[in-house]
Amino acid sequence: MSSFPLFPTEAVRRPVASVALNSPAQVFERLSALPKLAEVTPASRLTVRLAPKMVSSGVCEIDALTGGLPRGCLTEVCGPISSGRTSLLLAVLAAATQRQEACALVDVSDAFDPLSAAMAAVNFESLLWVRCKTNPSQRHGDTEKTHQKHKNINRLRMETPVEQGLRVTDLLLQSGGFGLVIIDLGDVPLKMARRIPLTSWFRFQRAIEHTPTVLFIVTQAPCAQTCAALLLKLSAVSFQPSAQTPSHAALLNDLKIEAEILRSRMPRKPAQSATAAFATKTVRAG
Amino acid sequence: MPFACIFVPDFPVEALLRAEPSLRSQPLAVLEGKAPLQKVLTANENARRVGIIPGMTKLQIEACTGLSFRNRSALQEAIAHVALLDCAQSFSPRVEDAAPDTMVLDLLGMELLFGALPEIASSLARRALDLGLAANVAVAANPDTAVLAARGFRGVSVIPEGKEPERLGNLPVELLLATEQDAQQILETFRRWGIRNLRDLAALPDVPLSERLGQHGVYLQKLARGDTSRTLVPTEPPLVFEEAIELEYPLTLLEPLAFLLSQLLDHLCSRLATRALATQELRLELELASEYREEDNVGTGVLARPSQAQARQRFRRTLRLPLPLLDPKTFLKLLQLDLNAHPPGAPIVKIHLAAEPVRPRPGQSGLFLPPSPEPEKLQLTLARIAGIVGEDKVGSLEISDTHRPQGFRMQRFAPHNSFSPQRHRATEKNNSHCSVQMLINSSVSPPALSAAEGCLHGEFSGSSDNLVTALRIFRPPAVVTVTLREGKPTFISCLTRKETRGEILWAAGPWRSSGDWWEQEGWARDEWDIAVREETSIGLYRLVRDLLGGRWLLEGTYD
Repeated sequence: MSSFPLFPTEAVRRPVASVALNSPAQVFERLSALPKLAEVTPASRLTVRLAPKMVSSGVCEIDALTGGLPRGCLTEVCGPISSGRTSLLLAVLAAATQRQEACALVDVSDAFDPLSAAMAAVNFESLLWVRCKTNPSQRHGDTEKTHQKHKNINRLRMETPVEQGLRVTDLLLQSGGFGLVIIDLGDVPLKMARRIPLTSWFRFQRAIEHTPTVLFIVTQAPCAQTCAALLLKLSAVSFQPSAQTPSHAALLNDLKIEAEILRSRMPRKPAQSATAAFATKTVRAG
Repeated sequence: MPFACIFVPDFPVEALLRAEPSLRSQPLAVLEGKAPLQKVLTANENARRVGIIPGMTKLQIEACTGLSFRNRSALQEAIAHVALLDCAQSFSPRVEDAAPDTMVLDLLGMELLFGALPEIASSLARRALDLGLAANVAVAANPDTAVLAARGFRGVSVIPEGKEPERLGNLPVELLLATEQDAQQILETFRRWGIRNLRDLAALPDVPLSERLGQHGVYLQKLARGDTSRTLVPTEPPLVFEEAIELEYPLTLLEPLAFLLSQLLDHLCSRLATRALATQELRLELELASEYREEDNVGTGVLARPSQAQARQRFRRTLRLPLPLLDPKTFLKLLQLDLNAHPPGAPIVKIHLAAEPVRPRPGQSGLFLPPSPEPEKLQLTLARIAGIVGEDKVGSLEISDTHRPQGFRMQRFAPHNSFSPQRHRATEKNNSHCSVQMLINSSVSPPALSAAEGCLHGEFSGSSDNLVTALRIFRPPAVVTVTLREGKPTFISCLTRKETRGEILWAAGPWRSSGDWWEQEGWARDEWDIAVREETSIGLYRLVRDLLGGRWLLEGTYD
């Protein structure tokens, strides 16, 4: 029983190898039949990618440090709890909404505080707030019938808030037209945030490329990796209230935040670690 | 003074074909009467070719293979009539509703807008076809001649002034008496006189004809000669945009329903477009079969499963849009998403779709305005997101006028209208403000240079003045155990957040607040701001004591 060879044998190769190339004209003719290699641009001659347009983050110190937030790129801000991430998020949001841009906040942990946002001068008319954390058992005012319905919905979809957030972000970016899209993963445990596949971040980055959208991510630790054009790490400078029983203002006013650039793909890449410090103020002076 | 007439031959057939366009290439007969005494009222050209004529019984035509037959639908005829009226109104404001299948238009001055008379006639026929009706169109110097020509000639015909007797001559005399009550008697008289067509009638002497048939005979002769003159009686129909379809069998799946909705939306949008209108509200009403009950089939595409119980008869959904739109595909997708989230719960036997007409939005945006999502895409995106997270979890927020914690409500997201002059002025103001700032701060550091450059484009207008210590809310609040010393919290332990456990370094408070005590849902609480040492840093939290419930809650973290 004869079997078909897995590799081309001599007999199979012979007709190709036996083509006689007698003259330079024949050689040229044969080469011209091949794909036009001359038209392929070598890597060294690729056009230089234009520097992205920068927009204000709403914090002068951050703007001075980074030159602003790059449009059409992914900016990631990470830091532990009480490190000023949300304060910076609100400042960025306020700056974008004051520029009359449509903004979207994908709130994976449903942690957004409208009162703080109002104090930060966020214009709510331009803000689309998507709250991902759904827990049917916690809904108030649900009848037994609607509760059963929500249970069915949950069973059918079986999506975690992070998955919901990624799907929603995908839809928002594909829809286009938003000046700022924020994914707030600030309360998502680190091990869950790191499970987000890198392809998701690549897809997001690809979706906003050549668009005026700023994609802003808030996390506890870096997870977008090389997809982030700008990675900032925030940390609170240790503070010591003057009294053992400080007032609200003494505790929450003038909180010192330090921002450090961990990665930047901007032309003005710092040679060494660059930091900037800024302070927040309390909502209520009391 | 030119007039045009749009006439739809075999109107009951055309009305049904408009609802079921797939039958247009097949033989179709329309039946009238009560079963089992149904008879053919009219048939399309394909059916006439295979020998179907009006008056045949249902039993007779059932023997004909390949023939489709439907019962006459008053609903479809009414809708087709309104569509025909829309078609006429899109060309002229003076339209006479002569019959359900006939519209007469005054074309005076319309040449300047739509071109020469033959072009107008062709456009009318095309517009009618777009609305799902194959119509004959005729243009003549008086309305009656236009009506006769439209009823007598297929397609588009233009009769020049003075050529009426010549052009109408070959038409049969039955056309004159198509709507007459005593037509048979007069036709019998004409037959005995040997008069077969309009040319024969026009050639009769006036006085003897008047002596034998009276003034009615003279009027018929004037019609045959094409020299009548009368004033048009224009009609002004109300702006009602509704489409409906009755189904032969109940629908149980979403996919075939989408096909029918697509067809209805196409018709509705075409009609709105003919009046240069758009819609901001779509009302869908589904009539349901009675022997089924509602079941929860969210996301499965199945509308219902049979059961024994009785249920509601009608299912209504209203789609409200923040902006006027006129895109049938967008409407269809929105309706699909809405029905997928809210299935009617029973098989559907009738679909009724209505649109609220509004003026369309201007079509051009400003060149230098900030980015804004396209309204059509945005509505689809919002509907899809609502399908993922729930309808009450997406939108823009509005802070309520209350001191109650979490006093806000979600509302529909409608970003600034890109065409509003207010928005344009705001952008201009930002730009000028930034330019002034840059002039004042002449000594700027090199890293901030690009920021200053950006000021020219209105991008770097922010300052750090608005940088507030923000709160991140825990929804729902975490229940904690607190140890007190001299009335102050000194130790905290949280079961749901394992990292929040330890001695309280600093505590500020309490701030007591209460409200709504005059209602059932009153609230009273003490707020503390605390600092707790964690593994790598110090966490700042808002601790709340619910004075009514007596529980300690961790409401959020300052970040």
